[in-house]
Amino acid sequence: MTCCKSENTNDTGSVRAGLVAAWPICLGYFPIALSLGVLAQKAGLAPWQMAAMSTLVFAGGSQFIAVAMLAGGASPLAIVSTTLMVNLRHLLMSSALAVFFRGSSRRFLTLFAYGVTDESFAVNMTRFNQGAWTHASALTLNHAANATWIVSSVLGVYLGQLVPPGAAGVDYALTGMFICLLVFQLRGPVFTATALIAAVCSLLTYLWLPGNAYVIVASCLAASTGLALKRTLRKRERNHE
Amino acid sequence: MSNGDFLLVVAAMGAVTYLPRMVPLVMFSRCSLPAWFAEWLELIPVAILSALIAPTLFTQSDPRLIIIGKTELLAALPTLLFALKTRSLAGTVVIGMLCYWGLGQIH
Repeated sequence: MTCCKSENTNDTGSVRAGLVAAWPICLGYFPIALSLGVLAQKAGLAPWQMAAMSTLVFAGGSQFIAVAMLAGGASPLAIVSTTLMVNLRHLLMSSALAVFFRGSSRRFLTLFAYGVTDESFAVNMTRFNQGAWTHASALTLNHAANATWIVSSVLGVYLGQLVPPGAAGVDYALTGMFICLLVFQLRGPVFTATALIAAVCSLLTYLWLPGNAYVIVASCLAASTGLALKRTLRKRERNHE
Repeated sequence: MSNGDFLLVVAAMGAVTYLPRMVPLVMFSRCSLPAWFAEWLELIPVAILSALIAPTLFTQSDPRLIIIGKTELLAALPTLLFALKTRSLAGTVVIGMLCYWGLGQIH
């Protein structure tokens, strides 16, 4: 497994590459964060409160849920535990990213960890797998997405009701990005099989399990099945030799 | 809710969000992972991406039901083909948006 991309390779080029790779995420984040701001404004949040949440939490799904819960008068304990459940899936993502950060300083990891989201994970993972992706680029991508998120969510609070939803298909930007990143991950039959299993598991668990549990459950089930498949195929190959 | 209370809640939210992101990075970048775990993790990205996309294409959220024929699903087909053909991330995003918007006009 490839690893050890240093933190200081060709700094300006690295930063630029990170920014370029980040733009689809920023494009997707902009309307979502904007609508989050609008919802927050309806729930009675002030711009500084939105800024605080987006800066301290930086996790889309859980922020939407938290805003809804705040509006509904839920207890702080309920809000925090829901946030934990919703964002627990990042545990898997960080674990997967860790192989590319061997020998990284604690300080760097502490900073980088903050920006691990579904989207930044997907793009960074893809780039690392393709090779020639530096830590500086990955960090820049995280920061770019983060900045867009914070600014857009605060903007949403200011704009309030003026934002029209679904302008020019912009709602689909993130889905489009995820589809392409999925294609990049189809690096062999085992990967394709895992993707199909994950889709089926995801739909079933989405129907049966509450909240965002379906993501973690379906991913773990699919990855495990995919691994079993891979090992079975490998054994069969060895037996034929 | 007072301002102080709000900040406390948000800080707690921040902590429970940040820790799952940080702990594995620090733990697993320092010691080697057993081979089976590393192989399992290799399959996680494709599994997560697929798990994230599937409900968007095939379900409604309130109540949670399977529906076939969502605009998102229809738009996904040309988007997927474009991605397979060109492997261009920026292009796929734009094509996806255009298809979704266009199909939304017709649908």
